[in-house]
Amino acid sequence: MTGFAKDSLVRVKSHFPPSPPAHCRTPFYIRGCVGKIERICGAFENPEELAFGRVGGDKKVLYRVRFSQSDIWPDYEGSKNDQIDIELYDFWLENPEEERK
Amino acid sequence: MNRDFTARGNHDMGGLEAGTIDKDEHDYALWEKRVDAMMMLLSNELSILTVDQLRKGIEALPPDAYDNMTYYERWMASITNTLLETGVITTEELGSKMREIKPDFFSGMDSLK
Amino acid sequence: MTTEPHDHENMHEYDPQHHHPHRDDQDDTMTYYRIMESAVRDLLIEKKLINADQIRDQIEKMDARVPANGAKIVARAWSDMDYKNRLINDPKSAVAELGHDIGPLNLIVLENTESVHNVVVCTLCSCYPRWILGLPPDWYKSREYRSRVVREPRKVLEEFGTLIDDQREVRVHDSTADMRYLVLPKRPHGTEELSEEDLVPLIGRDALIGVVEVKAP
Repeated sequence: MTGFAKDSLVRVKSHFPPSPPAHCRTPFYIRGCVGKIERICGAFENPEELAFGRVGGDKKVLYRVRFSQSDIWPDYEGSKNDQIDIELYDFWLENPEEERK
Repeated sequence: MNRDFTARGNHDMGGLEAGTIDKDEHDYALWEKRVDAMMMLLSNELSILTVDQLRKGIEALPPDAYDNMTYYERWMASITNTLLETGVITTEELGSKMREIKPDFFSGMDSLK
Repeated sequence: MTTEPHDHENMHEYDPQHHHPHRDDQDDTMTYYRIMESAVRDLLIEKKLINADQIRDQIEKMDARVPANGAKIVARAWSDMDYKNRLINDPKSAVAELGHDIGPLNLIVLENTESVHNVVVCTLCSCYPRWILGLPPDWYKSREYRSRVVREPRKVLEEFGTLIDDQREVRVHDSTADMRYLVLPKRPHGTEELSEEDLVPLIGRDALIGVVEVKAP
């Protein structure tokens, strides 16, 4: 599976199957939302594994994904131009064209 | 039946309703700086704990920890729990040492039913 | 075993091998977690995993990291266009030019412009560019800030006295992973004649987080 390119659209998975019952860094509020890759940050060790003290594992690609605030909050009161950038790991993202799991 | 398995952790606060922001700041107490220093040594220097373990340990605290414990109290609880889990210290060592440091803090507890 | 009570605030006299009742910090009674901190520290020292010098050293290093470090970086960027470009394109090196080793941090510098105002948060915990700015303020770590700034950033900015025009985008950055952020505030009108040195005191920590803009004197 190749990574996502800059500016491509991605959807945040609702839960990464299987989502560990402890420690993940994908905030609840962004799950299921569609955004655009702002940049590829690089590859880093997986926090979901590091949380158990397991270091030296495979690195995972980290992206910054940009979302429109009005796409996230149904009652967003700020400007329609407002956006939010969040760092998300590759395995929490999918192609928005894919059927939601 | 559709259940939502995506439970929100207590720490995962983005988007929740909350009140006005209290801008009062406190000077860090020396003991708080020592907790911070201890964590830096345990992670960056000694690689005994990861920052992620610290976070996970905080996330595992009971829900009212956010409102009833201070920031560095949560850190201390998490560091201690992780050191216990990984066997760096034992519960017996911890208990003995805490009693040794302030015996009168704990002496009343012996008589608790 | 007892001696005259003396002040543990002065780390230069601190001697962990000297067993005696620990003096309370800040006149409060020792709380459960303060006792725990003492106990764990003593155990780690007994097991020769750490020593008192190392703790003192870490504290001194952290005390030396202050928001003025960030202010100097910004003042340089405002005064020197080439530096500003280096800062945005390769923050780690640019910051190192001013003598700051940011260690394991991956830094992203967010430039405020006519069209965008940036503000930073860590909704999941309290990630902050501590290797440059030192420890974050209490409010940054609070439930109220972490919950609300992603959802109603303009209201939160207003609480800090900051009003951003509707035409200008407010862009929030949630430090969820390995990146850390420093806002490069807009240089205010009326500062064009000021030297780099004179700009530094104008640039406060809160402007580097993004909850306020820098004001001309």
